[in-house]
Amino acid sequence: MRTRDPQRQQGAGWLFVSPAILVLGVFLVAPIGMALWVSLSDWSGSGSPISRDVNFIGTENYNALLADPGLARQDLMISFRNTFYYVLGVVPLQTILALSLAVLLNNRFLKGRTFFRTAFYFPSVVSSVAISLLFLFLFAGSGAINNVLGWFGVNGPNWFQDSRGLIHIFGDAVGLWSLAAPPSWMTEPSVMGLSFWEWFSGPSVALSAIMMQVIWTTAGTFMLLFLAGLQDLPVEVEEAAMVDGANKWQRFMNVTVPHLRPTILLVVTLGFIGTWQVFDQMYVMTQGGPAKTTLTPAYLSYQAAFTNGDWGQGAAIAFILFAIIFILTTTQRWLMRDKDVSAQKRADRGVRRRQRSRRTRAIVEETQRKAQSS
Amino acid sequence: MSALSKDDRTPIRPVVAAVGEGRPSRGKKFWFYGMLIFFALLYIYPFIIQLVTSFKTDPDATGNALSLTPDPFTTGAWETLFSSNYPTWFTNSVIVTLCVTLGRVFFCSLAGYALARLKFTGRIALFTGLLAVMAVPGIVLLIPKFLILNYVGIYNTYPALIVPLMIDAAGIFIMKQFFETIPESVEEAARIDGASTFRTFWSVVLPMAKPALITLTILSFQGSWNELGHFIVATNDPDLYTLTRGVAGFTTGGLGSGNQYPVAMAAALLMTIPTALVFIVFQRYFTQGANAGAEKG
Repeated sequence: MRTRDPQRQQGAGWLFVSPAILVLGVFLVAPIGMALWVSLSDWSGSGSPISRDVNFIGTENYNALLADPGLARQDLMISFRNTFYYVLGVVPLQTILALSLAVLLNNRFLKGRTFFRTAFYFPSVVSSVAISLLFLFLFAGSGAINNVLGWFGVNGPNWFQDSRGLIHIFGDAVGLWSLAAPPSWMTEPSVMGLSFWEWFSGPSVALSAIMMQVIWTTAGTFMLLFLAGLQDLPVEVEEAAMVDGANKWQRFMNVTVPHLRPTILLVVTLGFIGTWQVFDQMYVMTQGGPAKTTLTPAYLSYQAAFTNGDWGQGAAIAFILFAIIFILTTTQRWLMRDKDVSAQKRADRGVRRRQRSRRTRAIVEETQRKAQSS
Repeated sequence: MSALSKDDRTPIRPVVAAVGEGRPSRGKKFWFYGMLIFFALLYIYPFIIQLVTSFKTDPDATGNALSLTPDPFTTGAWETLFSSNYPTWFTNSVIVTLCVTLGRVFFCSLAGYALARLKFTGRIALFTGLLAVMAVPGIVLLIPKFLILNYVGIYNTYPALIVPLMIDAAGIFIMKQFFETIPESVEEAARIDGASTFRTFWSVVLPMAKPALITLTILSFQGSWNELGHFIVATNDPDLYTLTRGVAGFTTGGLGSGNQYPVAMAAALLMTIPTALVFIVFQRYFTQGANAGAEKG
């Protein structure tokens, strides 16, 4: 039995994984090392970054971004502010929309479930570039959205050219301040290079349009996760609640939502990780404008390196973003591990649950990977 | 809409009716289907507008964005599209997607099988490394990838578009998880017959992994067809642009003067069609998470 020879599996094992190691090593691990070096160097973009003319400058690029007052830090802070409002809007709304769609589809009297599920999920599989073009048209000044708003007597904005912040607009509308002349107590003090007025702008109208697009697109993916969770809910539990006289809303809040807690946790954390990586929409639709209100760290990093030729700073932004996402991912894994343990404890429906969670995990991994583009 | 006209005479679970809920009342049904149709319109109508607009003239598209009847009807946008670089980009996308998908399915199953079944030193360490690699978000790799492609000297070539996408850590992970569900006894039989490790993998184990292979094929197809970031940093040669890269340029003046919405809609629609076809044919595998019990290890 030659094949049982451990020596032989040794060789086959390494042979089988060698293409993967080679490609991942050359195009993933090595470039990360190289970029780390670039972020610590004064490489200008010409010639090889690993040559004698390139100098080690320590954390200078990081200082310019995080400590020294100046344009670089200001831009990064603007991108953080934008992302903060983006996350604040997208994560809860896409979770609620996904859950609503899943609950609608899970109704046992529904006819044509496959059709509706397909319709809701379809945008998730379409290229973000195609969706972005479509939304540029829908949200155009004379586009479909503004036409519909017109039915209700609302004069829609020129979405992608409008840099006014939503909180600014709201404050102006209720008479707190005037958009044209912001109060000095808000414009004077500056934190990390931005005034209170800038920090508390809210998402701009342009960013809100992108947020709506992303919510619309990603809700379908998360809807599938919720559907899987809902189908795991034993009918008997709901029936028991029904016998106890709980109405529909009570059953939803006291039976369905607690049962879906792990899924909600998963969707929210995946949302956090995905929203920090948004890039495609900015590249296609706004290039960070108007007035930098759609600038995100990912796009800023790209812009610094490829448009402005500041490679060190671009790479440094990428690593700062990496650190943020790493913290989010680690937190998620930690939270989910907790969930897995408690799930094992009540492993009465063991086999079914395990199979489903494996399938769910495949979706999860995929979602995680494409979250950037959704 | 056909769902509305159908009558719900037989609840799927009569036992529930006995418990007291019964059939939903007319009012409840009205609200339920009202909501459902609202969401369905929200999700389908944009694509209908996209289709119709591609047959409009520029002024018509701008002036009557919601109208579903092109006035006048014209195929001008499509002609413009086909006389542009679009066919080149489409061909490039097909080439890249085919190569990436074939490579990914083969190499990821190979590595997944080794990690699941073969006993070799360093396996655990490799798997840990794989998990670490999976945690690296693609978006922070844009600059690093450009640096290495330049350094290796394959920037602006087909290999630059294809090879880095050919291995996907998540793909290896999916295959490994699946191979672990296949009973080892299956391989024992092949081993006793004296088959080599590769032969056992290729002729015995791989055919049993069909569901996972289909899933991986679809994920790879969709992933590489829709990929944008990698193609931005791998080339700046318009002859090597894929659809995503080329069409993304439409918004930044790539079409010349004017907004040219009909051309943009035609471009977006045509690049969606391959995805839509694959999606419709293999829907079950896309939505497998929701389709409990549709397939089994």
